[in-house]
Amino acid sequence: MSNLFPVTLEGASVRRAGKTLVGPVDLELQAKGVTIVIGPNGAGKTSLLRMMHGIARLGGGSIRWACPPEEARAHQAFVFQQPIMMRRSVLGNLTYPLRLAGQSRADARDRAIQAATEVGLGDMLDRPAPYLSGGERQKLALARALITRPELLFLDEPCASLDGRATREIEEILTRAAAAGTRLIMSTHDMGQARRLASEVLFLLNGNIHEHSPAKVFFDGTPSAQAQAFLKGDIVE
Amino acid sequence: MLVQCAFGDDILEIWSGITEAFWLLVTLDADLVEITLRSLYVTLTALVIASAIALPLGALLAVRRFRARRMTIAVLNALMGLPPVVVGLIVYVMLSRSGPFGVLGLLFTPTAMIIAQVIIIVPLIASIAHQALRELWSDYHDLLISMNTTQTQRVQALLWDGRRALLTASLAGFGRAIGEVGAIMVVGGNIDHHTRVLTTAIALETGKGEFALALGLGFVLIAMAIAVNLAIHVIGQTERGGRW
Repeated sequence: MSNLFPVTLEGASVRRAGKTLVGPVDLELQAKGVTIVIGPNGAGKTSLLRMMHGIARLGGGSIRWACPPEEARAHQAFVFQQPIMMRRSVLGNLTYPLRLAGQSRADARDRAIQAATEVGLGDMLDRPAPYLSGGERQKLALARALITRPELLFLDEPCASLDGRATREIEEILTRAAAAGTRLIMSTHDMGQARRLASEVLFLLNGNIHEHSPAKVFFDGTPSAQAQAFLKGDIVE
Repeated sequence: MLVQCAFGDDILEIWSGITEAFWLLVTLDADLVEITLRSLYVTLTALVIASAIALPLGALLAVRRFRARRMTIAVLNALMGLPPVVVGLIVYVMLSRSGPFGVLGLLFTPTAMIIAQVIIIVPLIASIAHQALRELWSDYHDLLISMNTTQTQRVQALLWDGRRALLTASLAGFGRAIGEVGAIMVVGGNIDHHTRVLTTAIALETGKGEFALALGLGFVLIAMAIAVNLAIHVIGQTERGGRW
């Protein structure tokens, strides 16, 4: 296993049509923990995650991993807010990343069945993935992202439109993954979820990192006035 | 009175066409079987070759952003309306004794007909395939980029997961090729027992005034087109239960 961390962002930004979506961001993240990204709508949470993962083009500045960038990309995965289901069976969705990584058909199948069982999809292996319910889709997307055992997993509001039960199941999977050593960077709207999962918090405001602190300090200490207002549920601009 | 008579004649003509077709089929008329099989051979071969070219091309146009992309798509769409007779003429010139490929001696052979049909249906299949796969690609874009796929792997994923839509594209190509007469008449020459197919036979019989036989052949052609379409759909759906 290679080591991605620490990762350093220097003046990194994403622009679209002349408008800066996020940045310039200066940030250093260490190898341990669960980073929760919070902030009001339009603060640039999604753009920050996409930029770090490399699916949004860097408009300026730099991102430096502790290993070569191609290697870093190979050890990351991303779970989108709207889970992207390939038009295949549950099993087909799970074997795809393994087959890309060069595993044999039989090995990939065994591993996929195991992964599906772990997230509670073991009895719907042959169901077409686009026909799953919202919660099942997100669990499948999560299992598919974790199946290659990435060192770092990005999650963009994975529970945004899910009911309580699906949210709890997803949080359980995430807690297990974190305990097994997967580094999580996740954005969320749900402050309860942020409190439950976070070991550190990134508070974004207007495309910039307003605060970067350990979860304890952020939630129970004395964060900035804007962060306090945001936690209270006020509208922050 | 006169109009009614003509109308009656037409009905009679169609009726005798149906009976003619019926007898041709029931007696498995040797000539009919031969030209039907040749029709199928020429068109299915052209379809396989054209699909092998056009489907990956459609996928590549969806996945890849290159400078001439818009231009290529516009040209493909324009070529969908390519007049078959003109294609036939160009292939004829290319394959004729004095043409660049004259030494191959392909003119007035089924191979020449296949070449002409491939040229006619490649733009059609590629264009429809591109339309269908463009949508699929906008779904898959973020995921496949996130997974670090190569261009080839992206094309493969689109071709496999979009296979139902691609079947429709290929069937459209089949429809155009099986009913085509202009190009294969020019390059094939409608030679009996050699390059005669259903459409050229119909043109010939119509020209000779043998309307019943022409109609009979026409019904066989329609029945065959429907049968091939149904067969392909059945194969496509039994392969997996779900539909998408």
